[in-house]
Amino acid sequence: MEWEVVIGLEIHAQLATKSKIFSGASTAYGAEPNTQACTVDLGLPGVLPVVNKEAVAMGAKFGLAVGAQVAKRSIFDRKNYFYPDSPKGYQISQLYHPIVEHGKIDIESENGKTKTIGITRAHLEEDAGKSLHEDFDGMTGIDLNRAGTPLIEIVSEPDMRSAKEAVAYMRKIHSLVQYLEICDGNMQEGSFRCDANVSVRPVGQKEFGTRAEVKNINSFRFVEKAINHEIERQIEIIEDGGKIVQETRLYDADKDETRSMRSKEDENDYRYFPDPDLLPIEIDDDYIQAIKDSLPELPHEKKQRFIDEYKLNSIDADVLTAQKAVSDFFEATLKAADNNAKLAANWMQGEVMSALNKNAIEINNCPISPELLGGMILRIADNTISGKIAKTVFEAMWNGEGSADEIIEQKGLKQVTDTGLIEKVIDEIIANNQGQVEQYRSGKEKVFGFFVGQTMKATQGKANPQQVNEILKAKLKG
Amino acid sequence: MFEKTVSELAKALQNKAISSVELTQAYLDRIEKLDGNYNSYITVTPEIALQQAKQADERIAAGHAETLTGIPLAQKDIFCTNGVKTSCGSKMLDNFVSPYDATVVNKFNQAGAVMLGKTNMDEFAMGSSNETSFYGPVKNPWNVETVPGGSSGGSAAAVAAQLAPAASGTDTGGSIRQPAALCNLTGLKPTYGRVSRYGMIAFASSLDQAGPMTKTAEDAAILLNTMAGFDEKDSTCVNRSVPDYTADLNNNLSGLKIGLPKEYFEKGMDTDVAKNIDEAINVYKKAGAEIVEISLPNSGLSVPAYYVVAPAEASSNLSRFDGVRFGYRCENPVDLEDFYKRSRGEAFGEEVKRRIMVGTYALSSGFYDAYYLQAQKIRQLISQDFKLAFEEVDVIMGPTTPSTAFKIGEKSNDPVTMYLSDIYTIAVNLAGLPGMSIPAGFANNMPVGLQIIGNYFDEARLLNVAHQFQTMTDWHTKTPEDLA
Repeated sequence: MEWEVVIGLEIHAQLATKSKIFSGASTAYGAEPNTQACTVDLGLPGVLPVVNKEAVAMGAKFGLAVGAQVAKRSIFDRKNYFYPDSPKGYQISQLYHPIVEHGKIDIESENGKTKTIGITRAHLEEDAGKSLHEDFDGMTGIDLNRAGTPLIEIVSEPDMRSAKEAVAYMRKIHSLVQYLEICDGNMQEGSFRCDANVSVRPVGQKEFGTRAEVKNINSFRFVEKAINHEIERQIEIIEDGGKIVQETRLYDADKDETRSMRSKEDENDYRYFPDPDLLPIEIDDDYIQAIKDSLPELPHEKKQRFIDEYKLNSIDADVLTAQKAVSDFFEATLKAADNNAKLAANWMQGEVMSALNKNAIEINNCPISPELLGGMILRIADNTISGKIAKTVFEAMWNGEGSADEIIEQKGLKQVTDTGLIEKVIDEIIANNQGQVEQYRSGKEKVFGFFVGQTMKATQGKANPQQVNEILKAKLKG
Repeated sequence: MFEKTVSELAKALQNKAISSVELTQAYLDRIEKLDGNYNSYITVTPEIALQQAKQADERIAAGHAETLTGIPLAQKDIFCTNGVKTSCGSKMLDNFVSPYDATVVNKFNQAGAVMLGKTNMDEFAMGSSNETSFYGPVKNPWNVETVPGGSSGGSAAAVAAQLAPAASGTDTGGSIRQPAALCNLTGLKPTYGRVSRYGMIAFASSLDQAGPMTKTAEDAAILLNTMAGFDEKDSTCVNRSVPDYTADLNNNLSGLKIGLPKEYFEKGMDTDVAKNIDEAINVYKKAGAEIVEISLPNSGLSVPAYYVVAPAEASSNLSRFDGVRFGYRCENPVDLEDFYKRSRGEAFGEEVKRRIMVGTYALSSGFYDAYYLQAQKIRQLISQDFKLAFEEVDVIMGPTTPSTAFKIGEKSNDPVTMYLSDIYTIAVNLAGLPGMSIPAGFANNMPVGLQIIGNYFDEARLLNVAHQFQTMTDWHTKTPEDLA
């Protein structure tokens, strides 16, 4: 039987506010446990929440960026459940009247076509603290630093049909929230994470299959693996004559498997009701207009501009605008490289990306600044160095040996463009390799490469390749 | 001296007829000597009180005293007080020392008031008799075999027994007005949002409101001047200027339109109580007020609506008492579930458990629409009734309670009968309106309270109407006969 996969994602993005959503405590990551938890975050008797207006603005920003309705009136609800890292015994969230509804975003699907994924809703809520089950000698430690950190939960329609599409969607959202500067996108620190609702159905069937929710996915790689694993598990069960149970499953990245956390019957009854400690969030048209006016250039807008302004092709433009930091780096490089877009695009996607990946460094921490990279590109463009030599220069810049000009000077890498000098070298090579000359002249043109190699070797790679080609061709003709 | 009002004591302090330290010490001695009879305090704070009194005397000497500077007050133990046990009448918080001050407490401190201690109350303010306190029942100074009312029964008994010149209270369904009525005091529940709830341990967030419990309307005005005002820490607190509530006390009542809701007078009220209320209304008539019969057709729905909304909110508000970060924790839990069940099961009293159960049920999936949403709709109807009424009248009057103080133990095994003792006060909380209770005479030697309900933020008028009554009557000056 042929199966169709149906996937919806719930993405939790931590909003990049300085203070928490309902208190003035700092949201900075990595502090000593419980040093960033004030009376409100601790849920002490008598304390009250006051909404952080910045978090509301960020929620509205997201809504406008995905073409959604931003609610004129949204309401905080209490989601009641007991857990030690939930200090009040309830989480403040938005169930009945979320701030954002009915949005959408385009992704590039596997066949290269654009596909629109619906965004059902996005709502504001507070994060819980952390339970630490190790290091406490059979007891559990509670760290409430994260309690009250603002989150936006972005719920998609069940519009994705493969794990790859789910990843593409997640990447788009990841890119967008960083563009909007509402989330730092740091997945290691848990600033951006997702739960996936996965089901399968026979191709052609209208009704959805029973879904399982896979929780705890915190990287793009794991999303794909976890979903694919879950798809296989479900298909296997159905093909063996079994039935899928609606349940929540936890993805274990170490074992690459999902396992049952709780079935639907065990689900808490969260007893949602409007939080009487908070007034509804009222937003007027002026406010929405002001947010609209404050929106930065969005990824799809920037991509189009790169195509129009820098004459990049669609694929290059897509790669270079996927992350705001990359696009910023690219444009800064261009500025330093006299707008040499094609060269800059190639170097960004080639050496820069691969060096970053190899060393697991974020672009913001790239040891080569855009100014340095641009300086090097200028030297390629004016033929001071060849593309090949540039790789040596790049490596030296990466190791902090200075600017391209300094390195070229220091290492004597300046390209040889003196025709007389090149001719002299070539004459010598031809004289010493008569056998190869014969072969070439008898029609074995492959041997040409041998001569190029020899010439470059003799000039330590510094000879201008174009000149080498021309002179060799002329001289070999005989 | 102990029969003096806050207003009188303020004058004595400012004239240097007495110092705050002397006054405070006198009250502390009296509490020490007599509170065994009433159990009105959970915690007495002599060191803090004398320290504050000393500072107050310095402030008075320096010439920048406010009216409350140096005045000893008692705070209901629902208000968080920095460094002082804040129990909310519960075993759950018997070990809880608050690390911060409630806004109301902070305001009293800023004004230079002196805190004598923390008063007894029904556990988490759930009760109408002060019998649900972990610290034992409070006794009504007018007859120690009867209840003082609740939940601010400790504050009421303390003021009635002259163990404090005035006290703070909180009112979710009548918890200031009902004990004020049963103890012959003036009690004011302000408009919802007039006084900050920050640091006031929440029972039902959309209904709770703090207010003064005093001997006179003038004192209530003085205390409200300090208590009221916007607080950015409470989102439900209204940003609206605070008038001087003492300014209008002497306004003439001629032409005042008083509405009497026929539903309040139809049935349920004891005949003795009814007689006193009628006489009180006559006093107003003589003062030139016009009496208008009005109708609050949905008032019969207020008790059932209240007993859905209040427990629903309470069930959620009380979830934070889980033994994890503060408060009572059971011994040797075997697992997390056991930890929760026993910590909460062992520390909450019967009434609190009952309301958590009721509230949890009302919010449960499948019942939410039928109970919580329905109750909220009724709330709208009740507010609408009042809105229409206030288009016709300036204030609404009626009894505060259907009967005078009942015997300790009389209703404690019958929750529904107990709940009905708040039948006249609850609608005011559901609508968020200000309401007062003032002394209006005696039935079988026990105090009767007249309730005055005002329009939103019309506290100044309520206080004026109450104060004028107190210039024409002397019920509020009566004190229990066997008071030592």
